[in-house]
Amino acid sequence: MKFWRKPLDLDKITVPHGEVHIFKDRCKGCAFCVEYCPKDVLDMSEEFNIKGYHPPYVKNPDDCLECHLCEMLCPEFAIFVTLKEEEKSAKVPINKGEK
Amino acid sequence: MKADPKGVLTGSHNLSGNQACAEGALAAGCRFLGLYPIMPALEVSERFLERAPRVGATFIQMEDEISALAAVLGASWTGKRSMTVTSGPGLSLMMEHLGLGVMLETPCVIIDIQSVGPGLGLPTRAAQGDIMQSRWGSHGDYEIVVFAPSSPQEMFDYVIKAFNLSERYRIPVAVMSDAYLARLQENVVIPPAEEIDIEPRRYFKGETDKYLPFKRDKDFVPPMVKIGDGYRFHVTGLTHDDRGYPIMNEECQEYNVHPLVKKIRDYTDEIIEVQETGIDDAEVVIISYGTTARAALKAMEQARSAGIKVGSLKLATVWPFPEKRIFELAKKVKAFIVPEMNFGQLVFEVERCSIGKANVLFISHGEKGVENIDDILSAIRQTQQMNEVKKCIIELKKGV
Amino acid sequence: MEEPTKAIKEIHPDPSATSGVHPMENLLRMERMPHIWCPTCGIGLAVTAFTAALTKANIDTNKMSIVSGIGCTGRVAGYVKLDSFHTTHGRPIAFGTGIRVANPGIKVVVFSGDGDLIAIGGNHFIHAARRNIDMLVICVNNFIYAMTGGQVAPTTPLAAYATTSPYGCVEPPFNIPYIADSAGAVYVARWTTLHVRRLTNSITEALQKTGFSVVEVISPCGMYYSRINRLGDGLDMMRFYHDNVEIRNGEDTKNLDIGFQTKIICGKFVDRERPSYMERYNQWLSEVKGARGEG
Ligand SMILES: Cc1ncc(C[n+]2csc(CCOP(=O)(O)OP(=O)(O)O)c2C)c(N)n1
Ligand code: SF4
Ligand code: SF4
Repeated sequence: MKFWRKPLDLDKITVPHGEVHIFKDRCKGCAFCVEYCPKDVLDMSEEFNIKGYHPPYVKNPDDCLECHLCEMLCPEFAIFVTLKEEEKSAKVPINKGEK
Repeated sequence: MKADPKGVLTGSHNLSGNQACAEGALAAGCRFLGLYPIMPALEVSERFLERAPRVGATFIQMEDEISALAAVLGASWTGKRSMTVTSGPGLSLMMEHLGLGVMLETPCVIIDIQSVGPGLGLPTRAAQGDIMQSRWGSHGDYEIVVFAPSSPQEMFDYVIKAFNLSERYRIPVAVMSDAYLARLQENVVIPPAEEIDIEPRRYFKGETDKYLPFKRDKDFVPPMVKIGDGYRFHVTGLTHDDRGYPIMNEECQEYNVHPLVKKIRDYTDEIIEVQETGIDDAEVVIISYGTTARAALKAMEQARSAGIKVGSLKLATVWPFPEKRIFELAKKVKAFIVPEMNFGQLVFEVERCSIGKANVLFISHGEKGVENIDDILSAIRQTQQMNEVKKCIIELKKGV
Repeated sequence: MEEPTKAIKEIHPDPSATSGVHPMENLLRMERMPHIWCPTCGIGLAVTAFTAALTKANIDTNKMSIVSGIGCTGRVAGYVKLDSFHTTHGRPIAFGTGIRVANPGIKVVVFSGDGDLIAIGGNHFIHAARRNIDMLVICVNNFIYAMTGGQVAPTTPLAAYATTSPYGCVEPPFNIPYIADSAGAVYVARWTTLHVRRLTNSITEALQKTGFSVVEVISPCGMYYSRINRLGDGLDMMRFYHDNVEIRNGEDTKNLDIGFQTKIICGKFVDRERPSYMERYNQWLSEVKGARGEG
């Protein structure tokens, strides 16, 4: 992660990691999620879904910060994010990317 | 179910047609009025509003008749019996939501106090010019029930019936009175609450996720639920399936609209109400509805005392039209006389149902209004000279 | 008669390509997905924000009703799993007024388009604001009549093309927050579909207000508005919002006009208290009952 000013407590902060779930067949290929993902996790795939659109795929799974922006920006309810399984049990503070 | 005593003003009262209308509505359990002011219908609302706080009814004056009926439909889905009151120009604006009410199968009552049209017409003069509009005014196919009272007592009784039928069949029902009956004061006997029968709304009782808003019972009428009961239902004015979801194909159009018509047409025998006097030996039958029935009955009496065999068929429900009865009579009688306060509307229905078997004479009960018995009498005399069946006679008098 | 739903079969693509359940599914009628909106249409985003707000606002969704009119946006009611009504063109506010007055326990949300609410339904809009009917109005403004194929709307910016303005729109558009504000709304905000988080926050706030609240959502119509005006698709519109939206909370609503491809001012503009219709009604009722000596 890049910071313009290194936080003093950087070593104490745990960055949450998310897992992106895509319902490929609901997608209409608008690319909103790809365009606005702050970490470039997603990219449009070459494959076609059942409706003939190109759905996104998870290009950089480890970079997802669980900010849920793709979930909010998908007009088709086709994509959502959960906290990675191992982190859920570790009870890290969840940064929803808000406020 | 019996009436809620809070709304029933039991006793004998001297009431105008409009006052009786408001009392009928309150007795029938109407607890929401959406209105937009118009003469000569205003007195209904005023009486309702005056009594509303005590009875526990709510009301709102909307910005036009379009929204008044829209609000009534919304209110009806909260489980309240709802109605609106208007006159001709307002009824024209209500046609949009009359159609929506039919499509959403929403019970409600529309009171139309008719005055003279077209356009702005003469707002204080009585007429029966909205009869056809009430039946055909909204686009598409539908059936409607319309009552036409001829006295304040009938107004009271019919409004209760209108509410009951609207709940029974999940339809908008209209009660059509006129500017004359609006002000006519007569004695009205309001029975005790326990003598007034109220048709309760049929509610769905199953689990919340099992409800289909348009899944019909055997009689084509689907049970309802209330907003806020957790059913999370959807209804649309578009052609829809049982779930209330829009389906845009012909098959569904048929599936959706056919029962809307059928649920009335198959039950016309239950719905239609006519009052017959002196029909058995009659050669001539006067077919009338609303205030014109008052003159018709008097004319009948006078003709009878002059030795002419005249009967009267008074339509309590104008729609659905009593086709079968009129067809039967057409085979027996010489002529029908149809007085109306318009230039010919329901007379065409009479003609249609008599299919050339009886003469049909129309009397435009125009400028002299409801007291005009002479015209009916002269029409009766005219029928005495008729030997063969002629065409339907729609002659407007000179000078009209 | 035939079996009901058998005759009317719809195609539902099997959404089993991923595991898990979308968090909004409990508030949506998933059996109706995919919805009718075009690729890159913004209406779905307004719905996303609304459903997210419903979860955040923590209100009893069983006691809510959503009413829509006609238009692309008018279809929203059919996708949200509340007691929902798809009514006539322009009348959802009137219909919702009836619900609210007849049962003040129900929170009414009207979700419809700009043409529906501001053109044919403009009169109901201002009167509901004046009465301060307790209702949240979410108005999706795509600058055009989309459902009917791209005609001039009361919000089409001057000079913009539409099928009924082939030489450029000559009518000045309405500024929706300004109408809402001057007619008496207690909460007025405007966001674009790009600002989903702020939009969600505004809807959450507005859901908790008592009175007439209006949230305008500027939304791309890739199919008509931006295609007819050669502005690309919805994604290009989103990029345009990104570069041209200025957030000015508390801005005087007078200054919120939108021109053709000009800067769009977004923010929360009005948040005030005024007695709502039902508050006044109930006060009046208790006075009348008091004067008559009734409980
Ligand atoms: C009474 C009536 N007039 C006209 C129409 C046709 N019509 C359907 S949708 C629409 C425009 C809707 O525009 P808007 O509210 O902006 O919604 P959008 O489709 O842009 O989301 C019109 C004029 C109608 N359905 N009913
Ligand atoms: S935002 Fe949704 S519809 Fe658009 S590309 Fe991404 S997954 Fe597909
Ligand atoms: S026509 Fe426009 S507003 Fe309608 S669904 Fe398509 S993109 Fe959306």
